[in-house]
Amino acid sequence: MQAGPKSASDPLSSDRRDAAWYVDKAVQVLVFVGGISAIILIIGIFAFILIQGVGFLASAFDLREFFGSPRWAPTSDHNTTYGALALIAGTASVTGLAMLVAVPFSLGAAIYIAEFATGRTREALKILVELLAAIPSVVWGFIGLSIMNPLIIHAFDVPVGLNVLNAGIILGLMAAPIMTTIAEDALKAVPDGYREAAEALGATRWQIVFRVVLPAARNGLVAAVLLGIGRGFGETMAVLMASGHSINLPTSPFDSVRALTATIAAELGETAVGSEHYQALFTLGCLLFLVTFVINLSADLIVRGVRRR
Amino acid sequence: MDSPAQAAQPSAAASGSKLAIRTQALNLWYDTFQALFDVDLDVKQGIITSLIGPSGCGKSTFLRSVNRINERLGYVRTTGRVDVLGHDIYAPSVELVQVRKHVGMVFQRPNPLPLSVRENILFGLRVHADGEQRLDRERQGQIVQEALEQVLLWDTVKDQLGEPALRLSLEQQQKLCIARLLPLKPSVLLMDEPCSALDPQATSAVEELIWELRGRYTILIVTHNMAQARRASDECIFMLMGKVIEHGATDEVFVTPEQQETANYIEGRYG
Ligand SMILES: Nc1ncnc2c1ncn2[C@@H]1O[C@H](COP(=O)(O)OP(=O)(O)OP(=O)(O)O)[C@@H](O)[C@H]1O
Ligand SMILES: [Mg+2]
Repeated sequence: MQAGPKSASDPLSSDRRDAAWYVDKAVQVLVFVGGISAIILIIGIFAFILIQGVGFLASAFDLREFFGSPRWAPTSDHNTTYGALALIAGTASVTGLAMLVAVPFSLGAAIYIAEFATGRTREALKILVELLAAIPSVVWGFIGLSIMNPLIIHAFDVPVGLNVLNAGIILGLMAAPIMTTIAEDALKAVPDGYREAAEALGATRWQIVFRVVLPAARNGLVAAVLLGIGRGFGETMAVLMASGHSINLPTSPFDSVRALTATIAAELGETAVGSEHYQALFTLGCLLFLVTFVINLSADLIVRGVRRR
Repeated sequence: MDSPAQAAQPSAAASGSKLAIRTQALNLWYDTFQALFDVDLDVKQGIITSLIGPSGCGKSTFLRSVNRINERLGYVRTTGRVDVLGHDIYAPSVELVQVRKHVGMVFQRPNPLPLSVRENILFGLRVHADGEQRLDRERQGQIVQEALEQVLLWDTVKDQLGEPALRLSLEQQQKLCIARLLPLKPSVLLMDEPCSALDPQATSAVEELIWELRGRYTILIVTHNMAQARRASDECIFMLMGKVIEHGATDEVFVTPEQQETANYIEGRYG
């Protein structure tokens, strides 16, 4: 390029610094900050939880006890133990049962909406599913307490109806709508040409669903289930209300259990900030964070894998 | 619909006089839009018939009403009669699944299923034999090999039978889409611009293959490519705005067309 004064009217010169230029720069910075805020928040939150819990991790934390003992007794006078096994088992059993409920429900709903329903029915169903997803979790907990509880007591003739079964069903119903939506997206993403090709070869609609569409949407469906599991692990209020909230290693669906999340929610307000108990709760928080993070991340990676193909 | 399959023996094909497809007063509407007007056509058995005409004239629509795949749209209405090898395929007692067994279709874009090469070929048999006893592996292997040999693909893909069909080249995919029809022993093959997504070399390879299949199957092929219609078909149908304008031996349609519109189109005046 030749050196020399640029004429003011040169349309290619970019050294004008008028108002528009500053607005442009400002918006650029704003968008950038917005874009990385998610990363900052994630790292920040994790750092916060970790720092709050680190005192416990460094002193009273005993790996064997934490993962091996079912005795969660942080306020015991003579023998404080921090065994998270029962809490982990509580969360896992409730989530597991929830998936037994939610997977068939949500897959069935997604298949019906994506492959069979047409026109108005489909639109109405999609709206309904989204409405279901918007029901606050405390309402679900309330249903668990006041409807499911007596129902279970009557139906199975057990003394308490607040147990794994109750919380699992409630959590399953809660997770089903979002799983339905994601599963339906996955089915919709299967190119219609596949269905047409299979139909032209003489496949019936069910054969198309089972032999072509479901296998082709496999990754998206797995992601839907993983996100449901993530939801189950993280859910607090409904589980707190429906599970019975008593520390137990469950041996049947009729045992009451206590979840990790519910433990934190119920106990954090009553501990002295910075105490060992307080720090132990944050360690539970770390565990939860890591588990849900890994589950969501893998769901996300799986979905991306689908897109790339 | 069992007899049509038997009727489709090569010996009958040689005579070239039996009818594979006969339509009478076929009208078709997409919702309120009429796409076919009183189509009366006799497509002879065992030969290649090409279907030409400007874009939007109803070639695909006609083709897709011969295996009733149009109906998947849900808003298509058809009147009139379509007989395939003497059987009215729109009769209430007819099972769609059987129609599709006898009338295979190849689409514009190669659309192998997201399965392995092998499973693509066996797919038709599997869906038709659902619930019945399974073919043993040896027999399956034979079927796969025969189908691939018929489309001149066996030598190139015999080591990739377990791989996803979507990994093949477009030409191979389109040949596979033809091959997967064959195990069902169809009598009619409908092809909707089967070469339009292929490069010239692949086009001539697939064209060659289609010519190779001549006599064993009745082939009705839509094409935009005049040269292709001319060199690779026995008879030719020209359509315009949902109507059949002319139908005759390809040479005659191209050299001495009876209708002015046909002449105009062939000379390239419609584009
Ligand atoms: N699914 C559909 N819904 C509504 N109208 C349609 C549909 N498919 C085709 N049509 C209309 O029907 C007419 C015939 O379409 P068709 O696809 O059969 O034409 P074609 O001759 O195959 O054209 P091309 O050479 O472009 O493939 C066109 O006017 C088209 O707009
Ligand atoms: Mg077309």
